[in-house]
Amino acid sequence: MRLASYQSNGVFDEMFAPDGQPRASGAQFVERLQTLSDGSLQQRQKAAELSLENMGITFNVYGHAAGTEKVWPFDLLPRIIDATEWAMVENGLQQRIRALNFFVNDVYNEQKIFKDGIVPEELVLSSKTLRQQCRGFQPPQGVWCHITGVDLIRDHDGQIYVLEDNLRCPSGVSYVLENREMMKRTFAPVFQGMSVAPIEDYSEQLLQTLLDCAPPGISDPTAVVLTPGIYNSAYFEHTFLAQQMGVELVQGSDLVVENGYVHMNTTRGLRRVDVIYRRIDDDFLDAKCFRKDSTLGVNHLMDVYREGRVTLANAPGTGVADDKAVYAYVPEIIKYYLGEDAILPSVPTFLCSVEKQRKYVLANLDKLVVKPTNESGGYGILMGPQASQAERDKTAEAIRANPREWIAQPMLKLSTVPTLVGDELQPRHVDLRPFVLCGKEIYVMPGGLTRVALREGSMVVNSSQGGGSKDTWVLRNGETVPPVAALDAGGKI
Amino acid sequence: MLSRVANSVYWLSRYIERAENVARFIDVNYNLTLGETDSLGNQWAPLVYTTGDQELFEKRYGAPTRENVLKFLSFDEDNPNSIISCAAFARENARTIRESLPSVVWEQLNKFFFMVRTAAKVSTTLDQPQEFCERVRLASHLLVGATDATMSHGEAWHFLRLGRLLERADKTSRIVDVQYFILLPDAHDVGSALDVVRWSALLKSASALEMYRRQHGKIVPVRVADFLVLDRHFPRAIHYCLMKAQESLRNITGSTSGTFCNLAEQRIGQLCSAMDYTSVRDIVQHGLHQYIDDFQNRLNLVGAAISDDFFTTHQQRQARNAATSSQTQTQSQSS
Repeated sequence: MRLASYQSNGVFDEMFAPDGQPRASGAQFVERLQTLSDGSLQQRQKAAELSLENMGITFNVYGHAAGTEKVWPFDLLPRIIDATEWAMVENGLQQRIRALNFFVNDVYNEQKIFKDGIVPEELVLSSKTLRQQCRGFQPPQGVWCHITGVDLIRDHDGQIYVLEDNLRCPSGVSYVLENREMMKRTFAPVFQGMSVAPIEDYSEQLLQTLLDCAPPGISDPTAVVLTPGIYNSAYFEHTFLAQQMGVELVQGSDLVVENGYVHMNTTRGLRRVDVIYRRIDDDFLDAKCFRKDSTLGVNHLMDVYREGRVTLANAPGTGVADDKAVYAYVPEIIKYYLGEDAILPSVPTFLCSVEKQRKYVLANLDKLVVKPTNESGGYGILMGPQASQAERDKTAEAIRANPREWIAQPMLKLSTVPTLVGDELQPRHVDLRPFVLCGKEIYVMPGGLTRVALREGSMVVNSSQGGGSKDTWVLRNGETVPPVAALDAGGKI
Repeated sequence: MLSRVANSVYWLSRYIERAENVARFIDVNYNLTLGETDSLGNQWAPLVYTTGDQELFEKRYGAPTRENVLKFLSFDEDNPNSIISCAAFARENARTIRESLPSVVWEQLNKFFFMVRTAAKVSTTLDQPQEFCERVRLASHLLVGATDATMSHGEAWHFLRLGRLLERADKTSRIVDVQYFILLPDAHDVGSALDVVRWSALLKSASALEMYRRQHGKIVPVRVADFLVLDRHFPRAIHYCLMKAQESLRNITGSTSGTFCNLAEQRIGQLCSAMDYTSVRDIVQHGLHQYIDDFQNRLNLVGAAISDDFFTTHQQRQARNAATSSQTQTQSQSS
C-alpha cells in the first residue's frame, strides 16, 4: 500500500503532519499499513462491509419508508489518539459532566446560579427542553445525566473543542463496540500488539451505572432498556445494549403502572422494574404528564418516578443543559460549581437572543454556522459559507422571528483522517463522540465514536446525512509491542 | 420473560418451520412430476391445498399450473405463507427481540432472509427449484442447531421449540390429509394397485421414508398413516411433536407430568393423552380425513390458549374485562 500521494489539504490531519510524515501517534500504524500488499486493504474493507450486513448492524433513516434499514458505514482506517492527549480529554469530560449535573440539579431545585447572576434566568426558563414537571426532584445519587455523548472536534489550529453536550439520549456507543469488533475480525494483523486501550467493558460499566442509581433500599434491582420500537433510528443500539447487559428490552406497551410501581408484562404475570434506561424522549415518556398523544410511553410513569420508586436514565429534564444557548455558558457553569477553569474549551458561540450578538450574526451569515438551539442529528443547521443567498435569507427571517431559538458559531475546519475511497486514501473530515457514564463514579470510555463525512470536503458527519464511522484507538503510553506474526500473507515484515 | 418477547420467539420459529415445510412440499412434488407425463403427474393443485391457501391462490392466479404454484408458494410476497413472506416475518419477529437471541442465531436468520431475497430476484431459481428448496431446508436446520447449541434451554428456548413443534404437527397433518385423499379416495379401497412411487413421495416430504422403512419395511398405506400420525419417536410425526410440545409447555410453567395450571396445558394434555391411547385402526374407522379435521381444530384451540395464557398483557386483559363488564351492564339495563 503506497501512501505517497496522500494530501492533507491544509487542515489538521490526525494521521499525518503537514510535511507528509506520520505523526508520532500514527507512526507505527502507518508503518504496518505500508507492508500490506496492494488490494489487501480493499479486500478487508469489503469483508467488513459484508460482515456488517450479515450481522444486521444497521440504522434507520427518517423520511424514508418505514423500517428502511441501512447498513452501518464503516471505514477500516482508525483514528488514533495518543495517551497524553487523551488524559487531558478524559479529565475535561469528567469535569464537564460533574458541573452539568450540579447545574441541572440547581435549575430544578434552588436556582442559586440565577440568583448569583451567572446564567440569565430567562434564558434557562425559556428553554424548550426545560421540564417544569421536574421541579423539586432529587434523583438517586444526585445523578441526572447518567449517559452522555459529548461531541468533540479539532479545529485547524489543532485545538480540541466541545461542540455539543448530548445529555438526553445520545446514541452511537453500540457502533463503537461493533467497530472495534469488526476491526479485530478483519484487520487483526495490523491491530495486534498496538496497545489500544480496551473498550469492551462498556456494557458492564453501563449496567453498574444503572444499578448504582436504583431507588435506595432495593437489594437486587431490575433494570430494563425502554425503546420506542424497531422504526427508531437507533433501534439496533437499543437491542445491542439490552443484549450485552443481559436485561430486557421493553417497549411502552410492555410496561404498566400498578399499585404505585412500574411492572413489565411477563409470561408469569407482572414483574417490578426499578431502573429504566429509556431511549424515548421526555415528551413521549408518559401521556398523563407530557405529550397526551404519545403511545410510546407508560401512563403514570412520572408519578412513580417522582415518588422515587423507579429511576429513569437519563433523568427527564436534562435537555435544559444541552440547549445550545445554555451551552454558551458552560465554562461559567464549570467555574461556578467547581471553582475550576474548563479544561476543554467550548466553541465561541453567539446568542441571537442578545441584541448585539444577533446583529453580528445577521451581518455575517455568510461566515457563520447557524444552529437551532434544541435540535439534534444535524437537522436545521445553516452552513453559512456554503449556503445560497435564499437559504441565508430564510434563516435570517427565522432568527428575527424567534431569536431565542438560534445560535451561531464560526465555521470550523474539522480535522481529517485518511479514509479509503476507491483504491486510495483520501482525507475526510471527522468528529469524535466519547461516552461518559455517571453513577457512583464517572467512567469515560477510551476513544468513542469517530464519525466521518464520506463526501469529499463535506463536514456533515451525521449518519442520517451520509456520514460513516471509524474505530477510535486511544494508545496506552509507550506500551506498543511489536507484532508477533506476519502482517499480511502477501506482504513482508 | 416478557410476554411480547415470548410471542415473537414463538412466531419466529413457527415461520421458519413453515418455510421449511413449504420447501419440502415443493421439492417432493417437483421430483414426483419429473418422471410423469399424464395428468396425475402434473398435479400442483394439491400443494396449494396442503398449505390451506387455495382461496387466495385462485383469486390471484386462477389455474394451478406449475409455474403459478411455485411462484405463489415461494416468492409471492402477497401470500403470507410463501417462503419469502415466512422468512421476512421470521426476521421481523427476530428483529424486535434481537436482544433475546444469541448473535449467531440472529446472524443466521439474517443470512437466511438475504438468501431467499436474492433467490427471488434470480429469474431462473424456480426452473429447477431443488437447490433452492434444499437451501431453505438447510437454513432451517442450521437455525434449530444454532439455537440448540448456543441458547440456554430455558424459557425462551422452550417457546421456540413449542412454536416449531406445533407448526410441524399442523403441517404433517395437512400433508397426510391431502395426499391420502389423492392416493386413497376411499379408505376401504385396500388391495387396489399400490402407487409405491407416490406413497414414497408422501413419506419423503416429511423426510420420513428412510425411517419408515426401518420401522415397517414395505409400504402399506395404513402403516404410513400410523407412522406419520402416531409414531412416538419420529420427529415429524404428529404424536411426537405434541409430546415434545407438551414437555416444553411443562418446562415453561413448571407443572409436573399429568397436571396443568392453565388452559393451554389442559388442552394440549387432553389432545396428547387421546393420542396416547389411539390406534391406527381407530383412525381408519373414524375416517382419516375426519380424524385430521378434528385434530386440526383442537390444535388451533391449543394455539389460541397459548396466546391467551402467555402473550396477553395486563392492559389487554383489563381492556377486555372492561369491555365485557360494560356489555353485561348494557344487557342488564336493557332487560
